[in-house]
Amino acid sequence: MIEVRVNGRPCPVPEGSTVAAAIARADVVAFRRSVHGRPRAPLCGMGVCFECRVTIDGRPQSLACQTPCRDGMEVATE
Amino acid sequence: MRREAFAVLVIGGGPAGIAAARAATRTGARAAIVDDNPTIGGQAWRGAVPDALLSDLPGVRVAMRVVAALGSHDLLAEAEYGPVVLSGDRIILATGARERFLPFPGWTLPGVTGAGGLQALVKGGWPISGRRVVVAGTGPLLLAAAASLRRYGARIGLIAEQAPSDRVRAFAAGLVRHPAKLRQAAELRWALRDIPYRTGCWVRRALGTTEVEAVELNDGRRVSCDHLACGFGLVPNVELPAALGCGLENGAVRVDPWQATSVEGIYAAGEVTGIAGLESALAEGWIAGYAAAGRHNEARALFRARAQARRFAAGLDAAFSLRPELKSLCAPDTVVCRCEDVPWRDLQPHTTWRAAKLHARCGMGPCQGRVCGAAAQFLFGWGPGPEAVQTPARIRTLVQEEVP
Repeated sequence: MIEVRVNGRPCPVPEGSTVAAAIARADVVAFRRSVHGRPRAPLCGMGVCFECRVTIDGRPQSLACQTPCRDGMEVATE
Repeated sequence: MRREAFAVLVIGGGPAGIAAARAATRTGARAAIVDDNPTIGGQAWRGAVPDALLSDLPGVRVAMRVVAALGSHDLLAEAEYGPVVLSGDRIILATGARERFLPFPGWTLPGVTGAGGLQALVKGGWPISGRRVVVAGTGPLLLAAAASLRRYGARIGLIAEQAPSDRVRAFAAGLVRHPAKLRQAAELRWALRDIPYRTGCWVRRALGTTEVEAVELNDGRRVSCDHLACGFGLVPNVELPAALGCGLENGAVRVDPWQATSVEGIYAAGEVTGIAGLESALAEGWIAGYAAAGRHNEARALFRARAQARRFAAGLDAAFSLRPELKSLCAPDTVVCRCEDVPWRDLQPHTTWRAAKLHARCGMGPCQGRVCGAAAQFLFGWGPGPEAVQTPARIRTLVQEEVP
């Protein structure tokens, strides 16, 4: 297992997990808010829809479903 | 700017791209595969590439996204380390396909995903054990998705197939002509024998407040769930081929028997030339790779396999065509473009995709119409046009190179 932090909370995940999986394991439902403020979460799971955009290690608009977790990674949703 | 040049440059590391690169390498050509996913294998294999295909695989560059075409043989790409210009004397486009999504009330709720999409998420470690899943849409991919999710511990409440039962039955009867497919289908049905499989059945809306809690079917029945996995078939990823000037036909890249596109030196293979499945993608990949390297005899040996796979796909396509009722599921406030939150109502005054983009911002967000474009095409019959920039890119990437 490796550990990432989702919105500041430690979240252990199996090696090879995506950031999207880590967010789901942390029981966070909304990955981002839409233009009108509605909660959104991954749709396509393969880097097409951009619904899973989150901030990863300070870099905004990163695709959670396409990014493998690395130990110590900081993930922020919404 | 960093530059890399190859004799054969393959874009897309799914089955077709891998086969193409292997064929080219066998002839001694310097080849490379570029893929925007973290691993090769495409959606079919997701990193689990059969060992036999992995040997003598040429330079593989993953997590590298092509963002623009700079000319017919130069591509601007973005990797974690920064931008790079990729050149190929021959380019083989194996950009694959994505799922087709159709809008309906509630489809933007968290928990509503693609059928292949949920499979992909679960393979990436998404927790699914004990979760209730409804799988809905059309085609045998629904069964494959359901069986795969179940192996990970999902509780499949229902498989809703929109095609009418007589079509599905006729298709199943025709499988006797394809013994391998028949065996696959039988195995899937056996693995799912205790799961309700309903034909002529589709989701009218998804219900929930902050996430999906249930679906309402076309007969008014409700089924509780934690996830709704929708699969309405696949859409070829033609954005890059179109930007390179390749001719299209019926939403796919038009190719000749050698998998050559309308642009000199550019080939295409796999789902991007029309949705025809794994066997066809492999055959097309081998043909494209050999043909690009000038080995037409080797390429010709694969023609039969390709023809057979395409015949099967044509039957599949006819049996699982989308029913017109799916065009009238949207309510006025149902979001069609998820990036820009454009409701169905705002698209009504427009008659073309271009007008909808300019006036309603439909398809103007980060996905660049990859989701709503195919939906709008189905709902309104609009055809999407090519874009200069393929996908969101860092300013740094674009200012270093002049994008036409």
